[in-house]
Amino acid sequence: MIWLRALCLTLAMIAPAWAVSPDEVLPDPVLEQRARDISAGLRCLVCQNQSIDDSDADLARDLRVLVRERLVAGDSDEQVQQFLVDRYGEFVLLNPRVSNHTLLLWGAAPVLLIGGLGALWLVNRRRRYAAPELSPDEKAALDELNS
Amino acid sequence: MSIELGHFSLILAFAIAVLSTVGGYAYWRSGQRIALVLRQGAVLQFVLVAVAFGALIQAFVVSDFSLALAVNNSHSLKPLIFKISGVWGNHEGSMVLWILILVAFGAMVAAFGRRLPNDLMALVLATQSLLTAAFAGFTLFTSNPFERVLPAPLEGNDLNPVLQDIGLAIHPPLLYAGYVGFSICFSFAIAALISGRIDQAWARWVRPWTMLSWTFLTLGIAMGSYWAYYELGWGGWWFWDPVENASFMPWLAGTALLHSALVMEKRNALKIWTIFLSIITFSLSLLGTFLVRSGILTSVHTFASDPTRGLVILSLLALVIGGAFFLFALRASSLRQGGLFAPVSREGALILNNLFLATAVGAVLVGTLYPLVLDALTGTSISVGAPFFNLTFGALMAPLLLVLPFGPLLAWKRADIVSAAQRLMAAAALAIFVAILVSALGGVALSLAPLGLLLGFWVAFGAVAELIDRSKLGRIPLAESWRRLVGLPRTAWSTAIGHFGVGITVLGIVSTTAWETELVTTLNPGETATLAGYTIAFDSFEQVPGPNYLSDEGRFTITAPNGSTRQTMADRRTYVASGMPTTEAAIETYGFSQLYLQLGEPLENTHVVRVWHKPYITLIWLGTILMALAGVLSLTDRKVRVGAPRRAAKPVAEPAE
Repeated sequence: MIWLRALCLTLAMIAPAWAVSPDEVLPDPVLEQRARDISAGLRCLVCQNQSIDDSDADLARDLRVLVRERLVAGDSDEQVQQFLVDRYGEFVLLNPRVSNHTLLLWGAAPVLLIGGLGALWLVNRRRRYAAPELSPDEKAALDELNS
Repeated sequence: MSIELGHFSLILAFAIAVLSTVGGYAYWRSGQRIALVLRQGAVLQFVLVAVAFGALIQAFVVSDFSLALAVNNSHSLKPLIFKISGVWGNHEGSMVLWILILVAFGAMVAAFGRRLPNDLMALVLATQSLLTAAFAGFTLFTSNPFERVLPAPLEGNDLNPVLQDIGLAIHPPLLYAGYVGFSICFSFAIAALISGRIDQAWARWVRPWTMLSWTFLTLGIAMGSYWAYYELGWGGWWFWDPVENASFMPWLAGTALLHSALVMEKRNALKIWTIFLSIITFSLSLLGTFLVRSGILTSVHTFASDPTRGLVILSLLALVIGGAFFLFALRASSLRQGGLFAPVSREGALILNNLFLATAVGAVLVGTLYPLVLDALTGTSISVGAPFFNLTFGALMAPLLLVLPFGPLLAWKRADIVSAAQRLMAAAALAIFVAILVSALGGVALSLAPLGLLLGFWVAFGAVAELIDRSKLGRIPLAESWRRLVGLPRTAWSTAIGHFGVGITVLGIVSTTAWETELVTTLNPGETATLAGYTIAFDSFEQVPGPNYLSDEGRFTITAPNGSTRQTMADRRTYVASGMPTTEAAIETYGFSQLYLQLGEPLENTHVVRVWHKPYITLIWLGTILMALAGVLSLTDRKVRVGAPRRAAKPVAEPAE
């Protein structure tokens, strides 16, 4: 895991900057907390799967500053997100929106779970009518273990 | 010279693996002779790959820069331990480590599996050799670690500084031991499908190997998480990074396999599913290797521009997994299901466990591959990151944790849920009480935090309740209870400790997520800051040279709320050879909580200092250590000892209804 992340750091480290600096922090703590929450859901575009809140890359810093500027200008959380999506595409969102092309992604877990439960129910119903007898294999295995 | 010796050894191991594969599959019915030959072949493969690996280590230790791999990943000034770990801190070397562990497991089966029937032994070792041949071939033909350079440079380019850490010495070997160990389960599954021998005895042979690999993988993942936590400098411990997911999926599937193999061993049921899981678990390990080694994660496009390695691994993957599932499809229908059971029973609970774990595997798999597939098919780029996984995975784990404590209290075949619930009443009441108490004291920072705490306490107390129940504490004289408790089989202790560990990890995750506090500020030497009752005084700052780096060291004095003080040091290093900086955070442990202090960049003549208070964060890793301990304990139980015991004290099977 850390091996690949190291690669990202290599790219980002040419001019080191670090996750949230004191000079970026907004004076209003409520606004700052909103900025942090939004940042945690935005991808550092030049990194390997890091949010801009965690990333040391310069671009991440620029985006953090941008998010704070929009908030100060009075944008709602959704407006800030939409602003970044318009600019960088949906790639910037770490939590993909539910839409046609993410239907399979969001649907996978519920479908698997419900499908699995359904299959179990079917198996159980079928088994109830099955003859509960030992097969020759089972008898042999049992004898082997008992011997 | 030794380099060529190593190269030759690996080629020889490859050749023996090919011969073992062909011979094993062709003559597996010929009894003791072929089994003996393959066992010797397995040991020989191990010895030869060990020689190859040793040659690489030797070249790194003596800084032999005529070896291209050493030039690219080593430096003569590097401390010895990092010279050694540098062997596998790169693609080629880590493949050799992968193969070494693969053949080590093969040799262990050959050495300890004397009680295995000859045909099963032959098929297992043939399959294991097939895997060795595939990966040794891949390494030799596409990523040869033994390439020389002429003329040899005087100095190497050094290893990536982030990797120059004790973590690299421990984490990959552990992780690979887990990952690759599941190959034994895979080989057993293939052998079972070919020979048609699928019974309780099979499950008893497979379960120790599963347990061993799972224990290694648990430790490997936990170690990787802690490494990332202290090294990457901002205190994150799990990122849902595709590379992490690649190791997490085999772990989830392996956890499911442990539980389903239990059902197969005790009740001769779930045969098809257990075989399927054995194949899936190792397939996920292979998929992880492919994802990490092909470079496809960095970008689909870099993968396409240099596809040789990626395509070869992908073909191997398709061949091995495809072949296994083809065999499975041919043979699975001929497997008869064994022991019957009612939905409410130990079997039923374990099936529920498997359902949730398998769904979680599916969810993580889809989340990891979705962006790649979508990009390849439609050109649309999306990101699937931590928020998605936290939501999906959390939603799947909550019900699993809710039913977990019931499992061990249910009887096989048909159980009484009301009686189990009564026996868990005290644990539930205590969990609710403690969760409310802690939430009240800590303040509800996160709406789901009390629920998470409740689940953690419930699982932990439930595990204790099981032990209390089995020892009949309070119902019989205390001394008698104690005797019963000590006399419980190790597997019972293993179950309780493992489940207790799960609860502890959950508690660590919830408390650190909900109640972490952070301070980002600028400080000059002589100034102080406070966070969560701790006072941090910046004492001094100086620049000090290290062995192969320059260090900016900040010294701090931390005064805890109880008045005790500690000196600590956080530094920022710049490596000589690469010019790359890293941070070494100061981490101070108070009870189960940690104060995490990072010296940031200089800012207008002062220093940026970031401090995090992470309440009860060490519980995350302590819980995983308990889980691994449970694995070890279970392995020492006479009934499941590696290699199948000569005789069981009591018949493990009960007649089916």
